[in-house]
Amino acid sequence: MTDQALPAAARPRPAWFSLVASPISVIAAVCLGLIIIVSLLAPWLAPHDPVQLVPANRLKPASAAYLLGTDGYGRDVLSRILYGGRISLLIGVGSAIISIGFGLAIGLVAGFFRWLDAIVMRFMDALMAIPSILLAIAVVALSGASLSSVLIAITLPEIPRVVRLVRAVVLSAREEPYVEAAISVGSSLPKILWRHIMPNTFAPLIVQGTYICAAAILTEAILSFLGAGINPETPSWGNIMAEGRAYFQVKPSLIFWPGLVLSVAILSINLLGDAARDVLDPRMKRREGAR
Amino acid sequence: MLGYIIRRILAAVPVMGCVAVFVFLLLRLTPGDPAAIIAGDSATPEQLERIRATLGLNEPIYVQFATWVGRLLHGDLGVSLISQIPVAQMIGQRLEPSLTLAISTILLSVVVAVPLGVLAAWKQGTWIDRVVMAFCVLGFSVPVFVVGYVLIQVFAIDLKWVPVQGFRSITRGFGPFFERAVLPTVALSFIYIALIARMTRASMLEVLGEDYVRTARAKGLGETKVLLRHALRNAAVPVVTVIGTGFTLLISGVVVTESVFNIPGIGRLTVDAVLARDFPVIQGMILLTSGLYVAVNLLIDLSYTLFDPRIRY
Repeated sequence: MTDQALPAAARPRPAWFSLVASPISVIAAVCLGLIIIVSLLAPWLAPHDPVQLVPANRLKPASAAYLLGTDGYGRDVLSRILYGGRISLLIGVGSAIISIGFGLAIGLVAGFFRWLDAIVMRFMDALMAIPSILLAIAVVALSGASLSSVLIAITLPEIPRVVRLVRAVVLSAREEPYVEAAISVGSSLPKILWRHIMPNTFAPLIVQGTYICAAAILTEAILSFLGAGINPETPSWGNIMAEGRAYFQVKPSLIFWPGLVLSVAILSINLLGDAARDVLDPRMKRREGAR
Repeated sequence: MLGYIIRRILAAVPVMGCVAVFVFLLLRLTPGDPAAIIAGDSATPEQLERIRATLGLNEPIYVQFATWVGRLLHGDLGVSLISQIPVAQMIGQRLEPSLTLAISTILLSVVVAVPLGVLAAWKQGTWIDRVVMAFCVLGFSVPVFVVGYVLIQVFAIDLKWVPVQGFRSITRGFGPFFERAVLPTVALSFIYIALIARMTRASMLEVLGEDYVRTARAKGLGETKVLLRHALRNAAVPVVTVIGTGFTLLISGVVVTESVFNIPGIGRLTVDAVLARDFPVIQGMILLTSGLYVAVNLLIDLSYTLFDPRIRY
């Protein structure tokens, strides 16, 4: 045990200070903010219709009319990237919220009831043993290429990770004197879980949530890239790259532009997650490789 | 030790059992007729009936499960709906390229990441540390297929140093094999290097604050000896663990990398099976990779004794 990993100067200051003070997290926040804003404003900012096919304009190079050129169906790549951000961010945020919701509920119950713990955790171990991409493509293959099935496919493999985290927090919290005190004064079980144990999980869950968000955006891109994502008509960053595959030798920018935006978005989210972790839970730093 | 191994193998049984139940239910719990899902929209009633018969869908569900598990235990993963070839045979034929890619990736990653992590921990807070950590965040953030296409563009298309895509067995000469294996291996290694380097750094930082490291330095040992002999060996257990838990990441990476580099391995087999709704193949792949994951992590648990003789089973 050592505090070496902590920047000594950051400790006495208020928690938000180190978040604002690090230039890297500021840059990350600005980049992510920009991506979110332009994605939300896509209907007003996009110069062209992202789905309309214009065969005459196939694979046009970058020009004043098409800032990033057009794809194999004559659609404007910039407009598609702008609209694609909406889907990718929706999936990122959505799967973070859903997996934390389910993971929190399962983890709280599993951590508190010993008899349930063994059963639930074996099932979670099993889910974790299945490579997430394989699980996700199997789910999408079965339930069709809709947004909701992609969301389920991406969220499902993340749940056991949240469960493990919550359970670990609960296991240590339930031995604390204040929980014992709550039990002895006869607080109801839901109240103990809700009021006394659950708040302990918030800090690690916020950090985990950012990582899940980043991972989900990445997984969506991979699923679409493999042809097992959302309906190819819908612009998402993964879909744009998947369509670019066929023209890679002719026009590599069809993969590189969305790839760049995707990477910057994920990088920013990861950096903000790291910053949040340093602020909220300094002890987590020691486990940082383990996520 | 033997007792521990047996206990661990027994503990893996319920996990694999859950995986099997899950894989089985995946097809059955999906709304709609599984046969219709597999056959697609343009299926004739005869095709549907054939699929139902092949999968035993006309039996009650517990009979289906019992038959399926019974066959599994005999190593029978079923028959592909498309090619009518046994799934085990299909996977066997495609295993070599994937194994080659996975093993070379782990080797390259460990060789690069462990020294990087040690260096970053040793030079903590300096620019070296920051560069390594920045690389790690980058490795987690850039998707493997973007890395892959950048590498193809630079080294295969612009510089023409290596072929663009493909795979050649190592049995047909090292040169042609190496040319085609180097880019996929490097592409897939990025995320793995990031994972292992981060863990090595964190684990080393913890160990470097320990008393025995100070003692080793105080008695005048060279810094290399302190780092490698005293610190790294004690820091090894979490690093080896993360290689094991990262195994699913590796499998997922293999699937994507094989698609980028047109490598005919089990990843491509899976993707093709998904696109063709060849469900026995998907089930077989999930079972196989989960089994591998459990086995790899068992081996890693056992390897702890090599690094830390205090750990006895």
